[in-house]
Amino acid sequence: MPTHTFQLNGTRVTVDVADDVRLLWVLRDILGVTGPKYGCGLNVCKACTSHINGKAFNPCSVPVSQIKDSDEITTIEGLPATVGADLHPMQEAWLEEDVAQCGFCQPGQIMAAVALVHKVRAEGRQITDEDLDGLRNICRCGTYPRIRTAIKKAAQNM
Amino acid sequence: MAAPGRPMPGTDPTEVHRRKFLGYLVAAPTLAVGVQLFASSAKADAAIPTLPQPEDILDLGDAQNLAALPTSGLISVEINTDGTASFALPRAEVGQGMTTTAAMLIAEELDLPLDKVHITLADARPELMMNQLTGGSNSVRSMYTPIRTAAAIARAQLVNTAAKQWGVPASQLTTKDGVVAHKSGRSAHYGELTKAAASTTTTVAADVTLKKSADFTIVGTPQNRIDARDIVTGRKVFAMDMKVPGALPAMVRRPPTINGTVKSINNKAAVLAMPGVTDVAAITYGVGVRAQTFGQCIDALRALDVTWGPGTVDKESDATVLQKLKAATLPLAVPPLGALSVDAEFVFNFASNAALEPDNAIADVRSDSAEIWSSLKIPITAKEDIAAMLGMPLDKVKVHVVTGGGSFGRHLFHNVAAEAAEFSKKIGKPVKLMWSRTDDFRQGRTHPMSINRVRATHLLGNVLTFEQRHTSVQTDFSHGLGEVLTATAARLPVGGNLSFAETIFLLTQSVPYNFGVVTQLLNEIPLRFNTGSMRNIYSPNVVTALELVVDELAKKMGKDPVAFRRSFLRDAKLRAVLDKAVEVGQWGRALPKGVAQGIAVHSEYRGAVAVLTEVDCRPETVNRPVPTSEGVTGPRVTKATIVVDAGLPLNPKGLEAQMIGGMNDAIAIILTSSLHIKDGLPLEGSWDNYFYTRQWNTPPEVNVVIMPANSETPSGAGELAVAPVAASVACAYARAVGKMPTTFPINHGTLSFEPLPLEPSTPQSPTDGLDHTF
Ligand code: FES
Ligand code: FES
Repeated sequence: MPTHTFQLNGTRVTVDVADDVRLLWVLRDILGVTGPKYGCGLNVCKACTSHINGKAFNPCSVPVSQIKDSDEITTIEGLPATVGADLHPMQEAWLEEDVAQCGFCQPGQIMAAVALVHKVRAEGRQITDEDLDGLRNICRCGTYPRIRTAIKKAAQNM
Repeated sequence: MAAPGRPMPGTDPTEVHRRKFLGYLVAAPTLAVGVQLFASSAKADAAIPTLPQPEDILDLGDAQNLAALPTSGLISVEINTDGTASFALPRAEVGQGMTTTAAMLIAEELDLPLDKVHITLADARPELMMNQLTGGSNSVRSMYTPIRTAAAIARAQLVNTAAKQWGVPASQLTTKDGVVAHKSGRSAHYGELTKAAASTTTTVAADVTLKKSADFTIVGTPQNRIDARDIVTGRKVFAMDMKVPGALPAMVRRPPTINGTVKSINNKAAVLAMPGVTDVAAITYGVGVRAQTFGQCIDALRALDVTWGPGTVDKESDATVLQKLKAATLPLAVPPLGALSVDAEFVFNFASNAALEPDNAIADVRSDSAEIWSSLKIPITAKEDIAAMLGMPLDKVKVHVVTGGGSFGRHLFHNVAAEAAEFSKKIGKPVKLMWSRTDDFRQGRTHPMSINRVRATHLLGNVLTFEQRHTSVQTDFSHGLGEVLTATAARLPVGGNLSFAETIFLLTQSVPYNFGVVTQLLNEIPLRFNTGSMRNIYSPNVVTALELVVDELAKKMGKDPVAFRRSFLRDAKLRAVLDKAVEVGQWGRALPKGVAQGIAVHSEYRGAVAVLTEVDCRPETVNRPVPTSEGVTGPRVTKATIVVDAGLPLNPKGLEAQMIGGMNDAIAIILTSSLHIKDGLPLEGSWDNYFYTRQWNTPPEVNVVIMPANSETPSGAGELAVAPVAASVACAYARAVGKMPTTFPINHGTLSFEPLPLEPSTPQSPTDGLDHTF
């Protein structure tokens, strides 16, 4: 079977799996990294949102063969290390606002939120309500209002 | 120690009036206190001047409490040698915050910091009978007194033990932060006392006086969820995250119609030869596949060539179901009175109670035993059914309850756990079985389509009659109320589901207004869709119809909707929340044309809620752009004010979360989300077809107001907001567009997406994810 090598949460990993297996299953079923969740497998619900080289993406819709040796994949488990702390400011804000209910969508929500703040910042802007409206992540428990508050709060500490 | 701790009960002279509660010191090496699990307040607290409806006297939660009285099983709080307390909660945690509330109750009565209380979910315990059901917003209500009693007895026993060891009267000891202290300066933490405090040989009865709610320091204060840190770091474990040896991923290829069956598998050998695939076998509702990864399960199930037998509703579509519902509507008693009556009929389409986490379970079935892991709200029924299916004695089947990623009624049933057990038994290997997203929408349980017919008559400023007829595709209550007796009753062919459903209907519905002669009746048609309760069961539909007609009555009688409601409301609590909502939400404030307010009230589970929403129906809002081509926009709720009287709010932060969640459910069922049934199957297959509320639909401004405590007991909370928000949004929409809507959700008439193929039953995952990074 082909092997695939990439950086995962700061560590170099190599897996032995068919080319077309989507990265989400490589992370979850082979590497045991279960922070990213399956909610659709169709790039719709965004529960699997993680980062590739610092940008948000959805591993349920990327065959492992498309990941290059040099690509740095960050899941929720590796997020705090990107700022060298126990928790990322986005996670802190999530705790302060007590955002989560069942929690299933929340790793994906946090990863998407971090990328959104970076993107808006790179454009030299502040987060607006329209930016927040643009987040596609489903929360079936309906925690959206607290998510909005938490993102605005975290943006000030990032 | 300067800080005063809590003195022993008995030093406060007012205490003689307070109730004593009984528990048991359970024989164990460290202190363990058990109590019988039933609420002591299973009585009606309503005194209603006009003829009460059944829900006024006894509601669903009360009925569950009453039925639990003979239960013999004990639940117990244990004190560990490290000074922490442990409790195995016989309830599900699916996001509603039950574990946090339980921890707060224990911390309160034990005088222990909240982070020193560990809560786990209990395995299925048949001896608890119906007392292991999570539903009807009943958990907190039924557990409130038992949990506190166990913790209070534990505290008293720790104090008595210290008193004996130190040779001082117990009344001179205080407790604080998990430490027993004497004024001499002597102190010990609970962990040091627990062995001596234990009843090591026999189980003995003990009684205790509970804290007054006025003395609470944790309960009643806003607390964060105890699992919040695990959630935000990705460490919280759901069933599919568990590592059970040998349990490889498994999925099911499903038929193209609901409950279709397998006639033959035509290419089993070819599929077995695919990369990663280990097993292929026919099971009741499809063909199971097991592989190294879920991705390879998807490849395998898609490659299968299966000949299908018919399902149970193959000829049914939205229109045929609607026709049957109309034919089955029970007659109204009062004839129409022309200008003096309001007549209306509302259609509520099928809706999905799918959670974000798809249905899943792990099963390890051996020749003589079985072990199951799943998110189950009635684990006892699951255990009994699975044991019967496997032909094993009950004690050979272990059923573990895992925290779930949402439930909304779905996990009252254990279909996926039974399916996992069936597949594991067939292939003789452990499986981690998950439904695909598309399975979850198309073959999963639904909230059935219903119609609600209303006729109200009025004369000289009074409403004389109010009749409501709810006709629904049968809601499956075959899960019963948690143990085999009631589950069996709901499955009997005679009486059966309808009488059970009627009981649930009557116990949950009531008209809060003085409307003269009031009748609310239910009829069901026995179509074999896979149905079940969805958050708040009948209320969102019944209350929406009711409040829309109330607005019509007010209009006919020339009254302001708020003034009209005030003058007809029977209940002071409802009037109080209404007044608060009117004030905080600024009823009547100037709004642009096309934007309007709606007001609605609802009382259930001993709580009262009033909701004031504003809905923007202007074209520029309705047609606003959204980030996905298949997302729907439509009218937007721009502002919501929710005022809740929960009797005794235990955790205001958690209560607010439940109100916000219920609000988003309600917005979805009124404005955007439904299932379209065509030839025996819902067309919806993903979250870009089933339009549950998204960020672009949720109100940018939400205000939840919690009324001060006014009771010694908490009301239910999990479902409380859904019905009044739904009604309020419908009323605001009607006012904004100048026409009362009669079909829900309002966008059901337009199919806003291209349906995914019916076969294979699960679509392939895309490969272009890297083109959509941000
Ligand atoms: S699972 Fe990846 S977007 Fe839904
Ligand atoms: S917290 Fe449950 S899906 Fe978002």
